[in-house]
Amino acid sequence: MERTKHVRQPFYTKLLPIVLAFSLAGCAGSPGGQQTQSGGEQAKPGGEQAAAAGSSVELLNVSYDPTRELYQDVNEHFAQYWKTKTGQTVTIKQSHGGSGKQSRSVIDGLEADVVTLALAYDIDAIAQYGLLPADWQKRLPDNSSPYTSTIVFLVRKGNPKQIKDWDDLVKPGISVITPNPKTSGGARWNYLAAWGYALKKHNGDEKKAQEFVTALLKNVPVLDSGARGATTTFVERGIGDVLLAWENEAYLAINELGKDKFEIVNPSVSILAEPPVAVVDKNVDKHNTRPVAEAYLQFLYSKEGQELAAKHYYRPRSEEVRKAHQAEFPDIELFTIDEVFGGWEKAQKIHFADGGVFDQIYQP
Amino acid sequence: MTNQTEPVVVRWLLIGLALVFLGLFLIVPLIAVFSQAFRQGVDVFLQAVSDPNTLAAVKLTLLTAAISVPLNVVFGLAAAWAIAKFSFRGKNVLLTLIDLPFAVSPVISGLIFVLLFGSQGLFGPWLEAHNLKIIFAVPGIVLATTFVTFPFVARELIPVMEAQGKDEEEAALSLGANGWQTFFRITLPNVKWGLLYGVILCNARAMGEFGAVSVVSGHIRGQTNTLPLHVEILYNEYNFVAAFAVATLLAALALVTLVVKSVIEWKTERHEQAGEPQFHAMGEAS
Repeated sequence: MERTKHVRQPFYTKLLPIVLAFSLAGCAGSPGGQQTQSGGEQAKPGGEQAAAAGSSVELLNVSYDPTRELYQDVNEHFAQYWKTKTGQTVTIKQSHGGSGKQSRSVIDGLEADVVTLALAYDIDAIAQYGLLPADWQKRLPDNSSPYTSTIVFLVRKGNPKQIKDWDDLVKPGISVITPNPKTSGGARWNYLAAWGYALKKHNGDEKKAQEFVTALLKNVPVLDSGARGATTTFVERGIGDVLLAWENEAYLAINELGKDKFEIVNPSVSILAEPPVAVVDKNVDKHNTRPVAEAYLQFLYSKEGQELAAKHYYRPRSEEVRKAHQAEFPDIELFTIDEVFGGWEKAQKIHFADGGVFDQIYQP
Repeated sequence: MTNQTEPVVVRWLLIGLALVFLGLFLIVPLIAVFSQAFRQGVDVFLQAVSDPNTLAAVKLTLLTAAISVPLNVVFGLAAAWAIAKFSFRGKNVLLTLIDLPFAVSPVISGLIFVLLFGSQGLFGPWLEAHNLKIIFAVPGIVLATTFVTFPFVARELIPVMEAQGKDEEEAALSLGANGWQTFFRITLPNVKWGLLYGVILCNARAMGEFGAVSVVSGHIRGQTNTLPLHVEILYNEYNFVAAFAVATLLAALALVTLVVKSVIEWKTERHEQAGEPQFHAMGEAS
């Protein structure tokens, strides 16, 4: 018995160091975790601008996929602007993902101070749960969309398949890459742009438009879940002849991955995409961050903000800035969703809801 | 009794096949990850891994593993002990429950927690009223990870404990040892390798879990991004070098775990051989 004890005991005394090492690693890790956690509540009661000098505040901007580079830049500039104006240090945390998914996360309790999503419908959904008022879109100019974008085609260099306009996308043998409209805001814009084009061509004949979009979807080999995933499929994995993409996403792909590999084709007609922004009232009131959150969104409309938008290939609202970037933003005939589809709510219900037109015409 | 029953050609063919398979599916991808990470030189690599967001992700990943692995060791030991050494009603139900996290998709596991603790969930309003955050914060990530990694330790231990039977424990008890003494001096030493493998598997999965954590994380940069989520984000930002650099960190963590395991194995073996050779032989036999 004694011997057994002698030999066997060392085993768990040896296990102990590992357990210790793990828990030490945990301790080393936990201050960071704690800090970030309490960071959300850092804005103290009465954290108004007046009392702000020298203090710091944190905002969470919940955004959609393609805006990563834009907001990285905007956040830096805004932090400087806010520091000089109020003396307060502002840190803006970012969360990115498919627009619909992000909206759902905010509803489920992701404490966004501001949301900057792909389409108004996704913010409407948040409003339905009472996190912000139903008329949120009227609180800021231009439908609360400080910048716009549109849908263009990205093709391989030299345009080997000679893709010039929407009609070329439904030709046999053309492989079109677009994400899944069920999960991706960008994909819904793509779909509606195609639908709008066909409506226009056939003088408002809905049946013809449906045939056109059905034919287009037949040419889609795979539906990625988000805009960025679709771009990666086209660009990195070399699948497809043409990518339907946000104008800014197309430019980014070209700049990041090679001007010698891809080129942009502007269709004759496309849709005016208005990605809206909003302060989430319930969360800013909880965090006491309303002044800085509102200033953040206002900043997007300022000359500096508009320049940053243009720099990242979002079409600025300001005519002045737009003119300065005429080369990047050629005139395309753009229609709005309100004109052609009677607003997002309606378009969503008819086309993308369960059992809607998309479900009827798309067979994987 | 010779074991050379197969012709030489067949043996070499099988060994060769195994090596080619290992090479293609394990070594080549690993080399690819490392070579991509260093494609633009060491400076770019160092910059990528010392980025504050990356460091935050490393910390969060270690913290998560440091909480969920010990929890699962305790749960796993208790569950395996109960199942292997005692017979009681509902044993099969318990076994099924232990396997549940393997059976459901990790995404569903994540969603379960959102449905329970999200703002619109069962406990959401109560949590909000008390200003407690679980989903889209560290507790949610730990919960999801613990849930997904729950079966590893128990599943490793149950067969080992069952194979050992109850004889030694019964002997100890009849000689006057109490329950804890029996557990620490008989049961635990008997299952040490099973336990160690369980811990390693559990730890590897805890650090690498993507699906469930992705659902409950909220993807806040530098705050609720674990290493696997951070790799995806970097990759999606066309930051391929940084993505692979962070991936090598994850691989390195796994390698460290393996090294720790080998060292313990080696040291324990050496100690046993040097200390009590006869006993060692006896231990092997049992």
